Amino acid sequence: MTQNADTLIIGGREFTSRLMVGTGKYASFEQTARALEISGAQIITVAVRRVNLDRSKESLLDYIDLKKYTLLPNTAGCYTADDAVRTCRLAREAGMSDFVKLEVLGDEKTLFPDNEELLKAAKILVAEGFTVLPYCSDDVIVCKKLEDIGCAAVMPLGAPIGSGLGIRNPYNIRIILENVSVPVIVDAGVGSASDAAIAMELGCAGVLMNTAIAGAQDPIAMAEAMKLAVIAGRLSYKAGRIPRKLYANASSPLDGMIG
Amino acid sequence: MKILLNGEFVETAEGATIESLLQQLDISRERVAVELNADIIPKAHYEKQSLCDGDKIEIVHFVGGG
Repeated sequence: MTQNADTLIIGGREFTSRLMVGTGKYASFEQTARALEISGAQIITVAVRRVNLDRSKESLLDYIDLKKYTLLPNTAGCYTADDAVRTCRLAREAGMSDFVKLEVLGDEKTLFPDNEELLKAAKILVAEGFTVLPYCSDDVIVCKKLEDIGCAAVMPLGAPIGSGLGIRNPYNIRIILENVSVPVIVDAGVGSASDAAIAMELGCAGVLMNTAIAGAQDPIAMAEAMKLAVIAGRLSYKAGRIPRKLYANASSPLDGMIG
Repeated sequence: MKILLNGEFVETAEGATIESLLQQLDISRERVAVELNADIIPKAHYEKQSLCDGDKIEIVHFVGGG
């Protein structure tokens, strides 16, 4: 697809886009579909919820071309390993795919992960053949444990979910990148295009976001900005940036200056 | 008979199956998952899985989420 195939492989599937996008909080299903299209995302997250018994309501999937996207059902709202595992099993039955974004939350105020429950759930799900992409703390020890369990990627948070605070601790992300072999995807915290570019420049395999796009004043424009930022950040990372120096280093030659 | 469907009591016919319940609710079987008394029922079993009075059923699908 691209001149120099820089693809992302997760769970044996190959992706050309490194931007993953959530489908929540948009003004309408039409807007969701348009933002997804413009973002170029190939992996999109969805939540698992009770069907509305009043069938007059339309469904998100009526608006989305399922041939174009890999659905990544999440376990949002689960606070125990048991609830998360139950949700994943239901998601697999509903979607006929074993990809899951595993999140087990510890607290309603921060929505930070409960790592103990997360590891417990990950073990069960990997054993059941799921391709597990866990949302986790930006903590290399937890990430290594998740990798050892057999998760297909690790998804450390950049900042609290929906906060838009950006990559709060780039050094932690770097340490994770240096110590795990599975793809590292920053999930949560991105607020603007520069945040996404920073994640990619650090060497992350991808970025997952929802609120940054859906909550922007113009979600369609922001979807495009995020697409370009992820591409730019990836190219910048691969190009190899110059070292940071405290003092100037002239760009024009000093020889041949007029006397 | 009465079943507890997604947290609400719903009247359904004697001898109902998961398949007939989905039809009654006009829900397409393709994009849902069904739990009967906390066990997931594979789609292949929808026709033969009959329901009993007081059964607890959850029908879920995908909605927008991050």
